Amino acid sequence: MIVVIDYKMGNIGSIINMIKKAGGEAKFSPEQDQIEDAEKLILPGVGSFDAGMQNLTKLGLIDVLRKKVLKDKIPILGVCLGMQLFMERSEEGVLPGLGFISGSVVRFKFDKKNAHLRIPHMGWDSVEVKKESPLFSSMYEDPVFYFVHSYHVVCNNVGDVLSTTIYGYDFVSSLQRENIFGTQFHPEKSHKYGLKLLQNFIKLAY
Amino acid sequence: MLMTRVIPVLLLKNGGLVKTVKFKDPTYVGDPINAVKIFNDKEVDELLIIDVEATKEKREPNFELVSRISREAFMPFGYGGGIKSLEEITQMFRLGVEKVSINSIAIKDPDFVKKAAEICGSQSVVVSIDVKMDEFGNHWVFDYVNNTTTKLDPVKFAVSIEKNGAGEIILNSVDRDGTFSGYDTDIIKMVSESVRIPVIAMGGASKIEDFVKAVEAGASAVAAGSFFVFHGKHRAVLITYPNKDELKKALSRLSIQNSENAF
Repeated sequence: MIVVIDYKMGNIGSIINMIKKAGGEAKFSPEQDQIEDAEKLILPGVGSFDAGMQNLTKLGLIDVLRKKVLKDKIPILGVCLGMQLFMERSEEGVLPGLGFISGSVVRFKFDKKNAHLRIPHMGWDSVEVKKESPLFSSMYEDPVFYFVHSYHVVCNNVGDVLSTTIYGYDFVSSLQRENIFGTQFHPEKSHKYGLKLLQNFIKLAY
Repeated sequence: MLMTRVIPVLLLKNGGLVKTVKFKDPTYVGDPINAVKIFNDKEVDELLIIDVEATKEKREPNFELVSRISREAFMPFGYGGGIKSLEEITQMFRLGVEKVSINSIAIKDPDFVKKAAEICGSQSVVVSIDVKMDEFGNHWVFDYVNNTTTKLDPVKFAVSIEKNGAGEIILNSVDRDGTFSGYDTDIIKMVSESVRIPVIAMGGASKIEDFVKAVEAGASAVAAGSFFVFHGKHRAVLITYPNKDELKKALSRLSIQNSENAF
């Protein structure tokens, strides 16, 4: 069973809906023991970095997440803020992140040439896949995904970058390190492209 | 490259979908669940559903219906109508709604926008501004609940709600609503030049060329109602969405032009 972590940050309903459509089984839960029993985890999230970390802390989920992800190595997918929380820190807040991935979260900063670009980066955009990954296995040609964000992650290890997208400059639109997957875009809101990606996540062997 | 979003906006009344002309004379155009399924198949960029009766009838949003709609919406899905509390917004997100559109409460209580943005992030808070022109050609914010023109200047109002944390503005022209006469590009230009957040043009679209004109005027996205539900000169009800390649061709050329102009 996939457990979608319910830490009061955003639209968990749509993730459950899309997983069902993708043929998977998921439930949302804020409980430590449910997360302990999960085969796979999804950390969704819309909202601010510190609020996200505070809620995870308040629910007592930090240790169980560390154990499941770093020790048991079960697949986890972070979406949007969920992925950003995998990093060590963020310009958006002062609290440390989960630190699963080496790197940080920064706000879009544009030079003069791109000063006209609006923030948030909102809408459908393409991705350039940078390495082999089960997440993009037999993906449609020229996939597009729905984005809405003002901050993006910066990976210290280039090898962790799964895809990049151009908005003023190349930024990391998805990442993978072993069992840890993250997308800045919202697969649950990206039609057949997101459906395919979530099907791939569901199919991951553990 | 980021593509210009083309957004169908559907109006809810008594559990069915309707379309108005200049905010009046609602015509029944179909069942919401069925319409969302069709828009799924057509892979629309985004969808917005507005309950036009909830605030007028002083009732809360129809959560049960929103839940049924969102279970079928595999694209970004926004909801508006009858929202007056932060709890209702949180509830919407639990049901799978991405964005809430607020209108009358933003006029009455500017602090509400701020509070909403604080708890759910600016990107999820869309403020819908209805605009009506007077006989002198001046634009004013229109209060659809009381069916009156306010003394609010839409540009100043837009700037103030941006400051309060709104993530997007839907700029809806009452005069153009349902008329197929093209967008009011003057007001689109004035508002989008004054704010940094995305402005979604709405009201009057009849063809792809209208989308192009709205984007040229500064809109980040385009929305329409009648355009997607009526077909042909007899206004037969038929849910349609333009061919994706056709849209891409018309609108991506323009995005490139816009970036070049900005240098």
